[in-house]
Amino acid sequence: MKRLQVAALRNGTVIDHIPANKLFKVFAILDLSNCTETITVGNNLNSQTVGKKGIIKISDRFFSQEEANKISLIAPKAKINIIKEYEVVEKRLLSLPDEVREIVQCVNPACITNHQPVKTFFNVVTENDETHLRCHYCERDVKLEEVKLK
Amino acid sequence: MKIRSLVSITDYNKEEILEILNLAADFEANPNRKTLDGKVIATLFFEPSTRTRLSFETAVNRLGGRIIGFSDSMTSSSVKGETLHDTIKMVGSYADAIVMRHPLEGAARYASEISPVPIINAGDGANQHPSQTLLDLYSILKTQGTLENLKICLVGDLKYGRTVHSLIMAMSHFNPSFRFIAPDELKMPDEYKDFCRKNNIPYEERTELAGNFDDADILYITRVQKERFLDLIEFERVKNVYTLKKSMLEHTKPNLKILHPLPRVNEIAQDVDESPKAYYFQQAQNGLYVRQAIVSKVLMNVPIF
Repeated sequence: MKRLQVAALRNGTVIDHIPANKLFKVFAILDLSNCTETITVGNNLNSQTVGKKGIIKISDRFFSQEEANKISLIAPKAKINIIKEYEVVEKRLLSLPDEVREIVQCVNPACITNHQPVKTFFNVVTENDETHLRCHYCERDVKLEEVKLK
Repeated sequence: MKIRSLVSITDYNKEEILEILNLAADFEANPNRKTLDGKVIATLFFEPSTRTRLSFETAVNRLGGRIIGFSDSMTSSSVKGETLHDTIKMVGSYADAIVMRHPLEGAARYASEISPVPIINAGDGANQHPSQTLLDLYSILKTQGTLENLKICLVGDLKYGRTVHSLIMAMSHFNPSFRFIAPDELKMPDEYKDFCRKNNIPYEERTELAGNFDDADILYITRVQKERFLDLIEFERVKNVYTLKKSMLEHTKPNLKILHPLPRVNEIAQDVDESPKAYYFQQAQNGLYVRQAIVSKVLMNVPIF
């Protein structure tokens, strides 16, 4: 039998296949520092799909699709499994949201959002099979790999 | 009812662009109307821009409106640390519309979302300057008799020049073809070339100016700025290659007109000014009529001609 690298979860959410260097960004985007439930984190685990991977298991916490979609900004290949009584009851597919508010910083140093108390707002735009965020204010395009969280 | 601000040229569709241009022609024929009698327009210039400010203020004055505002943020309360939010809320409670120039990109869009009155963007950093684009279109329409099917050569700083980027967007409604003439350092960014491809707008790229615009209807020249170059020797070379001289106009089309958003430095030699093909000073004057049209439209106060 395959030995689990991280202890099994009874009820909650498993976020798996996070690239190892993105683990803490996922932590931040879901605001897990302020989560009071039990969280088990593993990083630099061997993975066949992403090389070294990270995994986050959160007890008794279930994310809305909107929250889950935030993860796709950082780790589009991450898998989200909902666990009930040790069983995977749902595998949630990630999709990019249409709009991204507040969590991402604009890369343009001259953008109003980097100087005044203005909440950031990006539209998710797909052109020529490439997806990027377009700042609603300064209209600058931000590539997904350039995304900086606030 | 939604407040109609003008932040970006893409806020207007083809019909609205043509409506502004028709209205500008009416104002050119009859610029002194008292349709803004009793209206107060604020001109908030957080960075100086004498030409744009005077043009807007003249437009309002010729329509009988009154002006409040400042021409430099050093004389406004933003120097005390007031946020743009508070300045706009305050001025929006005094004036019927706000014309605004700001050094930060996106400032006008933000202002339009919090202002109780329409915002007219008179330039937000390197982002948008829609009244310039509309006066460029008006100048093209006036000199060519049409906006359709024109060959337009864009010359100079095509990388950072916002006027040329906005012009591509606005002209995309009118079936143009473009030739981009720029040094390698200042070539047209890919996103605008992608935009052309997607909209079936033909374009070519050249690095030499001489001999590359004999088939053009419009030659739109922008300033090549020294600070864009890492290598000053390269700047000196490029600067001379991109200077338009009168002798270069010999084989050009009779209807060719030369446009430039001004200020000009050395990219157009002075001897070009005497050519009937030089149009940049009239272009600046056209800005007055176009701005009369813009202010009238955002205030829904269009006179009947």
